[in-house]
Amino acid sequence: MEALLEASGLEAFYGWSKVLHGLDFAVEKGKITVILGANGAGKTTLLRAISGMVKISGTVRFAGERIEGFAPEDIVRRGIAHVPEGRGTFVNLTVEENLRLGAYARRDKAAIHEDMERVFRLFPVLKEKSRNQAGVLSGGEQQMLAVARGLMSRPRLLLLDEPSLGLAPVVVTELFRIVRQINQSDGVTILLVEQDAVAALELAHQAYLLETGSIVTSGPAEELRENDSIRRSYLGY
Amino acid sequence: MRTAKSGPKAEPRMKGAPIDAKNGRLGALSAGPVLRGPATKLILAAIAIVAYLLPFALSSYQTFEFTQVYIYAVALLGLNILIGYNGQFSLGHGAFYAIGAYTTAIMTTRWDIPYGWAIIAAGLLSLLVGFLFGLPALRFEGLYLALATFALALAMPQVLKYFDSWTGGSQGIVLDKPGAPWHLPITSDQYIYYLSLTVLVIALTLAYNLLRGRAGRAIMAIRDNPIAAEAMGVNSALYKSLTFGVSAMYTGVAGALGALAVAFVAPDTFSAFLSINFLVGSVVGGIASISGAIFGGAFIEFVPTYAQEISRAAPWAIFGITLIIFMYVMPTGVAGLAKRITVALRRSIVGERPAPSPRSETADAAGATAGTARAVMGKPD
Repeated sequence: MEALLEASGLEAFYGWSKVLHGLDFAVEKGKITVILGANGAGKTTLLRAISGMVKISGTVRFAGERIEGFAPEDIVRRGIAHVPEGRGTFVNLTVEENLRLGAYARRDKAAIHEDMERVFRLFPVLKEKSRNQAGVLSGGEQQMLAVARGLMSRPRLLLLDEPSLGLAPVVVTELFRIVRQINQSDGVTILLVEQDAVAALELAHQAYLLETGSIVTSGPAEELRENDSIRRSYLGY
Repeated sequence: MRTAKSGPKAEPRMKGAPIDAKNGRLGALSAGPVLRGPATKLILAAIAIVAYLLPFALSSYQTFEFTQVYIYAVALLGLNILIGYNGQFSLGHGAFYAIGAYTTAIMTTRWDIPYGWAIIAAGLLSLLVGFLFGLPALRFEGLYLALATFALALAMPQVLKYFDSWTGGSQGIVLDKPGAPWHLPITSDQYIYYLSLTVLVIALTLAYNLLRGRAGRAIMAIRDNPIAAEAMGVNSALYKSLTFGVSAMYTGVAGALGALAVAFVAPDTFSAFLSINFLVGSVVGGIASISGAIFGGAFIEFVPTYAQEISRAAPWAIFGITLIIFMYVMPTGVAGLAKRITVALRRSIVGERPAPSPRSETADAAGATAGTARAVMGKPD
C-alpha cells in the first residue's frame, strides 16, 4: 500500500490555541479515506492544515515531498485541491467563472478547456447553467460546482470538507455516487471529512475517527462500521 | 431558471440564459463581455463621436465641467475596482488624488518636466504608495480598513502644509495650463478636455481588460469568498495590495489631470470631504461597474452646482435629498438602471434573442451591495 499523503505529529494552531494534537495518518493512493468527527473535532482545520491555510507543525508528505509550510498556491500546484467547507461559491460570478478559478493555478489553456468539458460531462447541470450566476444555484448544485471546481486544478488528491452539509439525503447519495466515480474512473485519491458517518463509511475504504483534535480510532471502513462504540455514538443504531 | 412569462414561446430560453429578474437581482459583478455585438459597438462609437465633438458646442466653462467629469470618472474607476470588484474599502482616495496632483504640480513647475511624464510619474508614485499602504491594510478588514483609509484622508492636507518647501504650504502651487500641441486650433481648455477624455478611454479599456481576465477573476473571487479564493491558490495578500495599488494609480492619474485642468493645487482642496465625495460618486454611479464611474463623475460634478441653483441657502440639503432619491430609485447605481433599460430595449427591439452572455458589466445588484457590505463588515459568510 502506497501512501499519497502522510502526516505525522501534525499540530495546527489558531493564534495561540492548539487545535490538532499530533495527528498521524495516511491517505492511500487511489483510495477514499474519510475522517469522521463531530462539530469542533478539528476536521476542517485538518484539511486546512494540509492545504497550507493554517499554521502547523509536524510533517506532511505529499507524493514523497515534504509540503508543510508551503503557501496554498504551491500546494494546489502540486496537485492537492481543496473543496472548502460550506462550498465556498463565488456567488456573484458565473458557474463558468467559478470553474475557471478552480484552474487558477494552471496555465495550460487547451487542457483547461478539456477539463471543463470533462466536468460538464460529470455534472451536466453545470453545463446547462454555465452562464448563470453561481449564487442562484440550489445548495446541491453549488456543492456539485464546488467539487467540479476542485477537479479543475487536475488534482491527484481531492480534499472534501463536509460535502453532505445541509443537503437532502437523495442529493447526498447522488453526490457520493459521483465522488466514487471520480475516484474509480479518474483515479483521483480522495480525503473526505464528514459528520454523516453512515454515508461516508459506505463510500470510503479507510477511516479515521477524530475527537477534539486527536485521532481515537482508525481502520478499514467496514471494520469501523462493525465497531460497537462507533456504531453507538456515530451511526446511531 | 425563471423566465419572463410574456416572452414568446417560440424561442426556447434555456440555452442563452437570459438576464432574468432573479439573476439580475443577485448581481452580475464581473466584467462580462458586454462589448460584444455590433449594436453595442455602434453605440459606443456614437458616444465617442459625441464626446469628441462636444467642446465645439459648449462654452469654455461647460467644457471645463465635462473635463472635470472625465477626471472624476478616472478617479472613481480606481475606487470601483477596489470597493466594487475587490471588496476592500476606502474612505481615503482623496489622498491619492492629492498625491497625483502635487506630483504633477511639483514636477512641471519646479523641475520643468513635461506634463506628460508628470502624469505617468503621478500614476506610478500613487501605485507605489497605494501598494505600500495596501500591505499593512491587509490586517484591517471592513470598517477598520475604512477608518484607516479615512485617517489617510484626514492627514493629507496637513502633511502637504508641513512639507511647504516642496508643496508651497497653504499657498499651494500655480501651474501652467498646457496649450495644445502641433498648433492645433483649439484653446487650452479644449485641449485639456481632449487629454482627459483620452486618458479616460484608456483607463476604461485597461480596467475592462484587467477585470475580465484571469487577474480579474482572482480579484472578484477574493471579494466573494476569500477563503475559497485562497483554496484555489489565489495569493490574496498579494492581490489585495496590488489592487490597492492599481486603484490608487487610477485616482493618482486623475489627480494629475485635475491639477492641470485647474492649474492650481492647494492643500485644502484635498480635504477628507473629497474622499467622501468620491465614495458618493462611486456608489451613485454603480460601485461594481466600469461605466458607473462616468455616471458617478457626472453626479459629483453637476449635482452640487444644480443644488446651488435650486437653493442658495441650503445647497447641501438639496444635494442630500438628491442623493437619497438616487439611492432609493437606483439601488444598484445609475449603471445598474442603465443596464436594465438596455436589456429591456434589446428585448423589445431585437425580439427575444438574448445577449450571447447574460453577464452584465454592471452590478445590477443587491449582490454588489451585499458583496461590498460583506466586505465592509469584514465577515465572509
